[in-house]
Amino acid sequence: MPLFTQDEAKALLSKVLNFSKADECQVSISGGDGGNIRYARNSVSTSGATSSTQLAIASSFGKKQGITTINEYDDASLEKAVRRAEALAQLAPENPEYMPVLGPQTYAPAAKTYSPATAAISTRQRASLVEQSLATARDTGVTAAGFLQNYAGFSALMNSKGMFAYGTGTDVEFSITMRTNDGSGSGYAAGGFNDIGDLDVVAASKAAAWKAAHSAGARALEPGKYTVVLEPAAGIVLLENLYGALDARSADEGRSFLSLPGGKTRLGEKLVDEQVNIYSDPWNEQLPTYNYNGEGLPQQKVSWIEKGVVKNLMYSRYWAQKKGVPPMPFPDGFIVTGGSASLDELIKGTEKGILVTRLWYIRAVDPQTLLYTGLTRDGTFYIENGEIRYPVKNFRFNESPIIMLNNLEAMGRPVRTVSGEGGPAALIPPMKIRDFTFTSLSDAI
Amino acid sequence: MKRKDFLYLSGMGIGGALLSGMPVLPLPDVLLDPALKKQLADIALNAARSKGASYADVRIGRYRNQFIVTREDKVLNTVDTESYGVGIRVIAGGSWGFAATDKMDTDGIAQAAALAVSIARENARLLKEPVQLAPQKGYGEVSWKTPIEKNGFEIPIREKAELLLAVNAAAMKGGASWVDSSLFLVNEQKYFASTDGSYIDQDIHRIWPTFTVTKTNDKTGKFETRDALSAPRGMGYEYLIPSAREKIGGVTTLYRDRYDMIEDARLAAEQAAAKHSAKSVEAGKYDLVLDPSNLWLTIHESCGHPTELDRVLGYEANFAGTSFLTLDKWESKKFNYGSPLVNIVADKTQMGSLGAVGYDDEGVKTKEWDLIRNGILVNYQAIRDQAGIIGLNESQGCCYSQSWRDVQFQRMPNVSLRPGKTPLTPEEMISKVEKGIYIVGDSSYSIDQQRYNFQFSGQLFYEIRNGKIAGMLKDVAYQANTQEFWNSCSAICDQRDYRLGGSFFDGKGQPEQVSAVSHGSATARFNGINVINTARKI
Repeated sequence: MPLFTQDEAKALLSKVLNFSKADECQVSISGGDGGNIRYARNSVSTSGATSSTQLAIASSFGKKQGITTINEYDDASLEKAVRRAEALAQLAPENPEYMPVLGPQTYAPAAKTYSPATAAISTRQRASLVEQSLATARDTGVTAAGFLQNYAGFSALMNSKGMFAYGTGTDVEFSITMRTNDGSGSGYAAGGFNDIGDLDVVAASKAAAWKAAHSAGARALEPGKYTVVLEPAAGIVLLENLYGALDARSADEGRSFLSLPGGKTRLGEKLVDEQVNIYSDPWNEQLPTYNYNGEGLPQQKVSWIEKGVVKNLMYSRYWAQKKGVPPMPFPDGFIVTGGSASLDELIKGTEKGILVTRLWYIRAVDPQTLLYTGLTRDGTFYIENGEIRYPVKNFRFNESPIIMLNNLEAMGRPVRTVSGEGGPAALIPPMKIRDFTFTSLSDAI
Repeated sequence: MKRKDFLYLSGMGIGGALLSGMPVLPLPDVLLDPALKKQLADIALNAARSKGASYADVRIGRYRNQFIVTREDKVLNTVDTESYGVGIRVIAGGSWGFAATDKMDTDGIAQAAALAVSIARENARLLKEPVQLAPQKGYGEVSWKTPIEKNGFEIPIREKAELLLAVNAAAMKGGASWVDSSLFLVNEQKYFASTDGSYIDQDIHRIWPTFTVTKTNDKTGKFETRDALSAPRGMGYEYLIPSAREKIGGVTTLYRDRYDMIEDARLAAEQAAAKHSAKSVEAGKYDLVLDPSNLWLTIHESCGHPTELDRVLGYEANFAGTSFLTLDKWESKKFNYGSPLVNIVADKTQMGSLGAVGYDDEGVKTKEWDLIRNGILVNYQAIRDQAGIIGLNESQGCCYSQSWRDVQFQRMPNVSLRPGKTPLTPEEMISKVEKGIYIVGDSSYSIDQQRYNFQFSGQLFYEIRNGKIAGMLKDVAYQANTQEFWNSCSAICDQRDYRLGGSFFDGKGQPEQVSAVSHGSATARFNGINVINTARKI
């Protein structure tokens, strides 16, 4: 059970709207219950549980708006909060980019974002899962550091024009780093799902332990351009910076990698290899997401890059109106289509190359070319004649996902992948890329 | 730094786009009566004790943020967030447990305390060794406040918005194509109590004004940016009142403890335009002269993080990483982290810094200590459950949580490079460089998980030839190994040039938490550093 059911949320938000005297009022409430457990040095360290909700009230008079937030729900507190939002709206400067609240919207049926089994995860269950991971570390003679967290939340939105949206979601996320006891090898694995039934803590722990054991004694290769096989956990942190930058306004304003001379943009142009297709779909069974966005706009299945061509860009409601196009909200999840090959098959098809299992500390270097820097981490291996031959020392790279996707040789089967850099989950295939640019060596393990 | 949070908060609004473009009225600014907080805290401590906790602490927090976001002539967002609740941490069965709630009545608090104890007991069976806390005396009822002159939350929103619009106007008048500016204010009203007998009431303030100026070129389709040279500070609104005495002249105006945001925006517009015709750097070895507005981030990443004891011990192995500064290097007492000029100090007490508090989030009075002395590693950053591991009989006061709902853990204090003892100005330093680059402002930054290999960029780059500034460069990033870099430090300017930089959103931990931390230094010189050219074509 979410903290607020749809009926409870509707009743509360209706009550708040009844207090409103503004031209327009929009109210939202969100919150949930969460728990986590953290371990390191083969022992539990910190863990906790949090429960909270927050109500936001936005009142507007013309193009002047005010917002207040509160987490106390008695009538007197609610009415006071509404009056405060209205008082501030009267004092606020006009925002020329203000967009009136939306009228009633039609949403396609919600995807399966909520799993009762995930919502029911107990303190004991978390501890038992960690116990299994620690047992794997003990059995394989490595040192474990990991993290498991679960969350069950809800969100509801209502306004004075009759729009109402409600959603619930659950999430469970696990990540594990295994290190050899002498610190000479390190391996990582992660998984994140709506349903706890999809999470295999032991398999992830074993995968991390294998990488740790086999990455010890890494050899140094000269920095330079190499063919790489990027595992999904490595590819996601570069790809998320590509799709996160597919914004129409910055392209139109001449301050994006999508901008071209003369005020033109790359929308409709071929940007990357024609094998590349990127889309979003709230109803994808592996990556279900909400059917509406934070403003109440319906989310749809959208193709962003198709056969290497930029098909759509994100348009805020304001920018869409200015440009005379429909608004295009930023989706909650991205899917990069791939092929049918497994990671092992990609490796088998590689004559000489480097297997990169994770990339870390990704930061923008030049927004004009979407150039990013970062490092390999937790298991980097040399491939020769289709086999992993030996571990190699970590590299720093300087590479653009645009250049990378133009050097795409092959893609495997996409899998649900957790971003190690805080981005949203995505379906990402393993990728084989030629001429990936490593610029220096790192001593880090 | 958790830049994504910054972008999320400033761009998307909290709780979805509902908040987008809408100013928020703060709840009445009434500080809760300490007597009431003591009463609530005692409910938690008593409940934890009665359930069998051997130690408990409670943090009752009211955390306020305000941010105003503008572009050109428009105020896009004015958002106040406020969060009130309690976090309860206990030791039971030798293990930590934590629970947080915003149900601030007797039952809600007692239930959270009981939950924290049950979590601790459940986890105790996974424990290898029980938690050992360094001794800490109770302080009784005490309080501390950031010594601000003007409370930013009490300045009318319109006045703050008008300042940002004036900043934008100065940039646009100076030829900018676009300008985004914002002001962040933070107020942590936090009350700590523990079974050791402390009841600590603190009122903490922080401020960060910043902007990005963009200059586009329609003919080439290129764009260049210049970010503000401000620093986030543990100060009130007085930071935004310009003072000629706090300015340092040179290739651009630099600022000590007062910031002239309008002037900086005007200069930024000129410099963003100049970048279009700047020379693209030739890759190779250069002597770098790093202004404190650039060097703070290098100190943060290459000294601040590797001296965190939790990283050294492996507690961050699964996320932020471990550290190359292993215990054997510290025990040897001769690990040369840097040249003998390099003295790095940790503190939680520096006036106007982001890290300054009276007591940390586990009730330890704050102080100052050396990390690197004459180039040698001499100490780490520790909290109560780590102090014994490095032979300390008390914590160094580095415990912090970003809110009541998150558990406190070891976070970086201010970590700063002591200024040089010999009189030296940046001009004198530059005059002795044959082939070098003078770098001002921070930009791209990346470092590996053990803090060996880093790459940093900047906002402004000036070529130095034969002791003179020879013009602007672009496409510059420097790559180095931490130990080699700090051993190449050949000169540090004196106290007159000392300034603070800092991070408002330094990320660490799982679940990830942010903290704010300052890093002081004077301009410093590093010889023979590898510079790469970052220009690409797509």
